[in-house]
Order: sequence, then structure tokens, then C-alpha cells
Amino acid sequence: MMSISSFYRSSVGCKVVMALTGLGLVGFLCAHLAGNLLVFKGPEAMNHYARSLRDYLPILWVLRVGLVGMFMLHIASAIRLTQLNRKARPVEYAKKKNVQSTISSRTMMLSGTVVLSFVLYHLAHLTFRWTHPEFQELGDFDVYQMLVMSFHSPYVAFFYCLSILLLMSHLHHGIVSLFQSLGLYHGGLQLVIRMAGAGLSVLLAAGFLSIPTAIFCGWIGL
Amino acid sequence: MKVRLHVWRQPSSNAPGKMVQYDAPNISPAMSFLEMLDLVNEGLVEKGEEPIAFDHDCREGICGTCSLMINGVAHGPSEATTTCQLHMRSFRDGEDIYIEPWRAQAFPVLRDLVTDRSSFDRIMQAGGFVSVNTGGVPDANAIPISKVDADSAMDAAACIGCGACVAACKNASAMLFVSAKVSHLALLPQGQVEGSMRAKAMVAQMDQEGFGACTNTKECEAVCPKEISVSSIARLNREFLKASVESR
Amino acid sequence: MQLDAKIPAGNLESKWTRHKFDMKLVSPANKRKKKVLVVGTGLAGASAAATLAELGYQVEAFCYQDSARRAHSIAAQGGINAAKNYQGDGDSIYRLFYDTIKGGDFRAREANVYRLAETSVQIIDQAVAQGVPFAREYGGLLANRSFGGAQVSRTFYARGQTGQQLLLGAYSALSRQVGCGAVALHTRSEMLDLVVHEGRARGIIVRNLATGKITRHVADAVVLATGGYGNTFYLSTNATGCNVTATYRAYKHGAGFANPCYTQIHPTCIPVSGDHQSKLTLMSESLRNDGRVWVPKAMGDKRSPTSIPEDERDYYLERKYPGYGNLAPRDIASRSAKEACDSGRGIGDSGLGVYLDFSAAISRLGKSVVEERYANLFQMYEKITDENPYETPMRIYPAVHYTMGGLWVDYNLESTIPGLFVIGEANFSDHGANRLGASALMQGLADGYFILPATLSHYLASNSLPSVSADAGAFTEGQAAVEARIHKLFSIQGSRSPNSFHRELGLLMWEHCGMARDKAGLEKALQKIPELREAFWQDLRVTGTGEALNQQLEKAGRVADFLEFGELMCRDALSREESCGGHFRTEYQTEEGEAKRDDEHYSHVSVWEHQEGRAPVMHKESLAFENVKLATRSYK
Repeated sequence: MMSISSFYRSSVGCKVVMALTGLGLVGFLCAHLAGNLLVFKGPEAMNHYARSLRDYLPILWVLRVGLVGMFMLHIASAIRLTQLNRKARPVEYAKKKNVQSTISSRTMMLSGTVVLSFVLYHLAHLTFRWTHPEFQELGDFDVYQMLVMSFHSPYVAFFYCLSILLLMSHLHHGIVSLFQSLGLYHGGLQLVIRMAGAGLSVLLAAGFLSIPTAIFCGWIGL
Repeated sequence: MKVRLHVWRQPSSNAPGKMVQYDAPNISPAMSFLEMLDLVNEGLVEKGEEPIAFDHDCREGICGTCSLMINGVAHGPSEATTTCQLHMRSFRDGEDIYIEPWRAQAFPVLRDLVTDRSSFDRIMQAGGFVSVNTGGVPDANAIPISKVDADSAMDAAACIGCGACVAACKNASAMLFVSAKVSHLALLPQGQVEGSMRAKAMVAQMDQEGFGACTNTKECEAVCPKEISVSSIARLNREFLKASVESR
Repeated sequence: MQLDAKIPAGNLESKWTRHKFDMKLVSPANKRKKKVLVVGTGLAGASAAATLAELGYQVEAFCYQDSARRAHSIAAQGGINAAKNYQGDGDSIYRLFYDTIKGGDFRAREANVYRLAETSVQIIDQAVAQGVPFAREYGGLLANRSFGGAQVSRTFYARGQTGQQLLLGAYSALSRQVGCGAVALHTRSEMLDLVVHEGRARGIIVRNLATGKITRHVADAVVLATGGYGNTFYLSTNATGCNVTATYRAYKHGAGFANPCYTQIHPTCIPVSGDHQSKLTLMSESLRNDGRVWVPKAMGDKRSPTSIPEDERDYYLERKYPGYGNLAPRDIASRSAKEACDSGRGIGDSGLGVYLDFSAAISRLGKSVVEERYANLFQMYEKITDENPYETPMRIYPAVHYTMGGLWVDYNLESTIPGLFVIGEANFSDHGANRLGASALMQGLADGYFILPATLSHYLASNSLPSVSADAGAFTEGQAAVEARIHKLFSIQGSRSPNSFHRELGLLMWEHCGMARDKAGLEKALQKIPELREAFWQDLRVTGTGEALNQQLEKAGRVADFLEFGELMCRDALSREESCGGHFRTEYQTEEGEAKRDDEHYSHVSVWEHQEGRAPVMHKESLAFENVKLATRSYK
């Protein structure tokens, strides 16, 4: 068996790490969205969900550490590969046309960076409540109220929507790409993976966007 | 017809280069792109100027020597076509045509449009073979091979090693080339014996040569004159993964 | 010049086996001390270099291309013959031998051709073991197709890219040896001279085409696998870089050049479209299975082909050769096309073309069947000509394709210079006056994988080869001569590009030494070529310097050699007063216009010896036929 470090050092191995962590993060997004959509069931359901997570604290911590680990690895691999790729073409073309690559596939670093900055803001905002000290006054588990209040700010809502759209673009390429990197994208599976990738990225984005939309339209309120 | 060329001129590897403009009048639409360059060069020689250096040999689309980034597309605007089989009828009268060499760290420019692609050879030397000596091999029909596998192996083996995949890739990645070779041999029983070693060795050499990583944008597939599919990249990834976790 | 073919005694079937046993071997420890230079990395060169390295010799290999994989063997489309008899249709080694001898119009050595047929079966085994993806049947076994000049299916193929796949096999074997350090491979390196030291070939002088650096390489033996000289005609199906320099330099050092006039003209190429043309593209011979060849009956009929009614068309191959029809052998089909065009019935703007019409096949078989068989060829045709062959007939015309002549070698593939071995298309040995389809790949690989490694070992074992320094006189002189020649090319500072001289030579050669030759024309060429050569050395312009990548300089050096070699071809064609295979002298034909061989006076190999400052001298190796009966080829 190849040592983990030499596996990671190879470009293909690094891509595999990228793919596996990406897969994990997609899984997290699905779970996260499922939780968030409880907002439509009202404050009770949502806050109950948030509270009950705490009942499994050790498991929660394992998931949190795993999540942060995957995130860091995903980012570290992205940085490493980007550096490698920049070095691989020191002189740019005077003229370059793209024939079949999609914009989303060519802008993964950009979409990823915006999503990352959103995630950092998101943590500071809702988890640590640094950006909105007023949240400190709310009860520990009044997630519902925090959420609805936040989206009343047009800046927050705009940043959120932009990030989700870029996340969709990121996933649109990322989901298919991860199967390719894992060597699973072939034969009859190709169409299934392509459809699933497009479908999932759109569904996730639609799910996440439904919340500010609902708040904006007044379907959900305090 | 006439066209205006913007050509990368660089006297040697270390010297700086620049885009230079040339007018190419009296072009026939029946000319191949390289014949058009021949004509421009004849004119330059007559004027005592140095002609444009470019790689070419068989001029029938099979040797993989010709290269050229034409208007930002490797091998120019026609699908599944090498530069030598591209004809001037694919361009408009009076069109501006940008001609650049393949751009990659692993393909240094030797002069003008000529690059050094020996990195591809070194990848092959690292593992692109079946280790059999001449003589002492079994009868050719001793191992039946399904027609489907033989055909898929042939699809991958059609690669001419021109480097267009690297040139078109935003990361200058050589994955399509390497995967074509790995796939060709991985699909045949003769090649499977040392499949793991091959995948690891060729990927290691590819990285060492300074090619970028694959970000699955599939731009390579679009410009490949032999229409090698990116599914061979998936196969290489699979072979590499398999090789990495094997206990041997 | 002594021409001893060294054909082993014994009956035909056992000659090679016996000879292999009789030849001396080099012990493994001594192999490491012996060095061999292999020039050219096509099928013959790559397979030889790889095999010699596997055996334990030190090998240096050279090619002018930027990668060994790009040698012109790569362009072969059709297939490779082998007497495997996998189809059970009555094939055998003897039948392949007979077909090849007959196809070569009885101008090749029996013993060599038999050995070729014998070795053919091993080649397929070797290629399959390397992973060459030959076409297969649904049962998983190898598929075969039939080819011109044979009544059995013995041709193995890999789509339309058999040459590429076989070359990639040999190249991968070579790459493996380069990877483990057994072969030092020099790409973008052109051999500019041979070094003969104390009567033996001991090295070469090479120019690095990327840097212009000139180096000397010393060895115990030199192998030339540098291909044919078809580009003497300027327009041919050869790659633009193919040249005669290596073999011609060897000739100037005393290696005999055999049958230089034997050139093969392939009947189905895309016609020339204008003066700008740099190269001709072959359309596979297989198209003649379903395509019908015709020209208008009336002279100068410029109507579009589809508007010429059936009874105003002349399907001349079907008319003249009812037995074989459109499948007449290459030389005959080519000559008939020329005749039709010479009579003013040629088609297209230039009048140099005939139609290859698929409309009958499309209405008989349906478009989908025709598509299945020839789609990629039709596509290639359309790409080049912008005409759709499903709707309008293809235009085709013959073009120079392969050269059967080459450096003379004995049964051991050794030239008249001891220690200089010549393999593949570069030698003259196996195809006589005409090569059958799918035999070139067979010969290149037979020489490289199986024959040369055995005979070269024998040479190294039986001769004491004292070590030579790269500073020895012959090497310093060789390098000085190469440098002086380069200097001379630069110093002319005339007005014309090397290419313009090449084009002019090509026209001359095609006109007078092409598909049909006659005394008057050849004499005219022999007068005009020296004039053109004179003009070359007076008015050539080579830009740039020799110390960098300079494609004009490369071209100029090659054209300089073509300008001398073309004369040798004409001289040989003039001296062979008969018609045989690819050599057709209009004075020697039957009443029906067929080639008339003269076995009584010309059943020999013509071997030319260079004389400094004088006309070359011709020697003869007479051909003895003990196993086959000489017969007139008839395809009526």
C-alpha cells in the first residue's frame, strides 16, 4: 500500500482527497438543509431540532471535528492544486477560447472562495454571534428567531443568496467531478451522475434560497 | 483570399518572445493551414528574414508532430482535426488569425512555435509498456480478448501524443494523454499484469514533469484530434486508486 | 565491390534455422562492452534498438523527429501480413513466400523472402504480447482481412491505424529500455555522416536539430533504419521530413545502393490541388473493393461527373482487366490512370485525376453499409477536398508511396561496408520490384525484432573490433566535413529557398522517372538534374545560423542529397531495359500495354558503387530462382 503522504503528494491522490472531502461536505449540506427547512414547520420544530442535537453531544463533536477536518483538507487541497496548476502554465495565451468547458468548472476557486467567506461569516454570525452581539440576548436555542431576524437585513440576505448561487455553481461541477476523480464516472453511470449532479445542486440551492424568499414574502415571520 | 496572422516569435528557449503580425495575401481556400504557413515562410526567405519555425511531419493527421494554438483553440476550429489537416476554407477572407505555441511548463518553447514535448516520452519511459522481451511470447491467439475490450483499448490507443490536451487545459494537465495510455493497456489482459505499477509510475513521472492537475473541465476532450474520451481519465483514477490501496 | 549475398546452403525451409545455429553468439558479459548505434526509430529501428538492448548491448538510438513515436511507419493504414492461417483458408509460409516473390515481379532473393514469411508469424505474437490492439472477432480471436495480390485472408489490422499501433508497440519496448538506461535515445538528432574507420563502420556524425550542436558517436556497429527515398519526388505520401541523407551518405562512403529505380506508385491518393501542395494523402487501397474507377469517354469532357451518362463513361480497369477489375494490383492500376489522363480524359481542373465512384455500391448495398465500411476514409476525403463522396465520385490519382530499392545488404542485412547494417525500407532486400500491400510493416519488424539481432551478434562475435576514440582521424575528418558543408550552404547567400529547388526536382523526377519511363526522358533528366544542382549551389539562400533550430538548414541539407540521389535513380532506370513491377519502361511493353520483363538479361539486382568525381559503377548480383518458376504476371 502506498503511504498516505505519497498518495496525497501525487496530483491524482490529492484530487481523490478533494473528491472524498467534497462528497462529505455535500452530505453535510443535505443534512444542514434538512434541518433548516424545519423553519417552515414553525419555531417549535426548529428550536426543538437545535436543542435535540445537543442531546448527542459526543456524536455532535465527532461530526463537528470531522466536518472542520474535511473542510480544511478540501481547502488545503484546493490551494495546493491551484498553485500546481498556476506553475504548470507560466506563460498565458494571448488568445484563448474554451470549447466545451463550463464556466462553473473554470471558476471553482472563485466560487469556492466566496462560499468559504460566507461560511466564515455564517459562523461568526450565528454560531459565535460576534457580528450580531444582540443575538447573545436570545435564548441558547432560539435558532428560529435568529434566522428570521438575520434575513431582515438586506445585506445579509444578498450575501447569502449570492453565496448560495455560487455554491450551486460549485456543486454543479463538483458533484460530477468528484465521481470522475474517484474513477466512478463511466459507462452507463455517466448520465445518471450528470443528472444527479445537476439535480442535487439545483435542489440544494432552491432549498437554501427558499428560506430568505419566504421571509422576504412574509410567509414566515416572527 | 487573404488573412492577417499574429504569430508568436521567439528566437530561442531563453530569449523573450512576442507576437508579430504578418499579412498572408494570395491564399487559396484549398490550402492546408501548414501550406499557408509554408507560403508565408517562402515570402520571408525571399526577403531575407527568418521564416517561422513550426513542427510538422506526416501532414496527414497521424504522427502528432504538428501543434499550434490557432485563435485560442488547440489545432484550430475544426473538430477532431490536427493542424495539418485543417484547411484555409475554415477561415473567413480577411480574418485575423492568432498562432501560438503550446503553453506549458512541461513543454518549453524551443523556437517560435516549436516546443519540446519530451516530457511525454519520459512518462512513457516510466511505465507505458508491457515488460516483455522479444521472443518467447505465447501464440497471439492464446488469450482470447473480448471484441468490446479490444475496441475500447483501440479507442484509447488512438492517441497520437500531440499534446493538444495539455495545451487546451487551463491547468496544462497531461491527464488525457497519460490516461489514454494507461487505459489502452489496462483494458487488455497483457497489460493488466503490471497495471498497478504502471499507473503509479506514470502518474509520478507526470507530476515530476510539472504538468498541472486535472480539474475535470473536459476541455482536453473537445480539442483531441483523435476524440479520446475523458472516461479514460476516470479509468486512470480508478487504476491509481486501486494501485494505492493494494497490499503489494 | 564484392557482392556476396552469403545465402546459407541447404533447402529453402531450413536455411534460416540452420543459419541461426551456425552464427556465433556473444556472451552476456561481453555484450555489455559492445555498443551499437541505431539510426531511425520507425518499426525497424525501434524494434531493433529495443531488442538489442534487451539482449544486453549498449545502444544509442537517433531520430530526427521530436519523439521516437513519430517515425513515418506510423502512417501505414492497412495492415500487416502474417502466415498464421488463423482463417484456415489454405495459407502457409510457403504461400506467403510465393505471393511476395510473385508480387515483387521476381526481382527479390528467394532466401530472404522465405525468411520474411517464416518470421511473420512471430511478429504477430510479439505485437499482441506488447498490447497492440489488433481487431478481433466476437469470439475473442484475431480478425483478418484480405489484401491486394493474395487469395487468402492473412492481413492483421488495427482499424485504419495498423502502422501507428505497431509502432507504438515497438516504441513502448524502446521506451522501456530507455527508462532502464539500456538505450540512450537522441531525438531531434539527424545523422549527417557515417564514419568508416579502418574499413569498418564505427560511428556517425550527428547534428542536434534543436541546438545545432554537432557530435561524434563511436560504436562497434552502425544500423541504418532510416526509411525510403520517396521524397526525391517532392510530392509523395511520405512525411515531409523523410529523406535519403543517411543512406546516401553511406553510399558515398562505399555502401552499394541497390535498385534505386524501384519506386512504388500508389493508385489511390487525393490529387494535387495546386502549386502550394506540400504532400499527398493516401486513401486506403481497400476503397477499390467497392469503388468503380472511371473517366469520361470523350476527351476534355468537363461536365460534372453526375451529369455524365453511364454510356459515356469508360470504366477502364473493368474493361481492360475483366478478371480483377477494379482490384488490379497497384502498379497496373496506377499506370492505367496515367494512360487515361495522358489521353486527355483526366478529370478535375488539372486533368490529372480519375473518378472512384461509389454510387453503384451505395445503390446495391445501401448507404449505411458503405458508411460502415469506409466512413472514416470518406470523412478524411471530405476534410481535405470539401467534397462529399457519398454524393459525388471521389477524385483520385497515383502518388509515390514506397521505395523498394535501398542500400544493398547480404543475407545478414550487412551492407558492403563491414559493420554497417541496414534494415526496413532503407534496405532493398525483400520486395523486389513491387511491394504487396501490408508487407512493409512485416519486413520492418522482421528485420528489427528477429533478424538483425541475430546477425549483428554474429558480426560482433566474429570480428575483433579494437576500441576507437572519438578523436581518431576518421571522426575528426567526418565532423569537419559536416561543418564545412553547413558552412557552404550558408555562404551561398543566393535568392531561392531550399523548398523551391526541391519542388523543381520533384517535377523533373515525376515527369521523367515516375510511373512510366523512357530512354529519352531519362536522358533528359540526367542532363537537367546536374543543371538544377548547379543552380542550387549558386543561388540557394539559407537564413539564420547553424547554431540553433533552423528548419531551412535541415531542408537544404536534405535537398542537396536528393539532388544527387535523383540522378542515381534515373541512371538506374535507364540501365534497366525492361519493365518490371514499379519500373515501367514504355519501350518494353506487350502489345496490350503490359510490362514486359526480360529475365534473360535483367534477372539481377543492380548495385551502384559511388566513384568520387566520376559516374558511379554498376555491379550485378544475379538472382537465382531454385524454388519458384518465373512466370508472367497476368491479371486479365
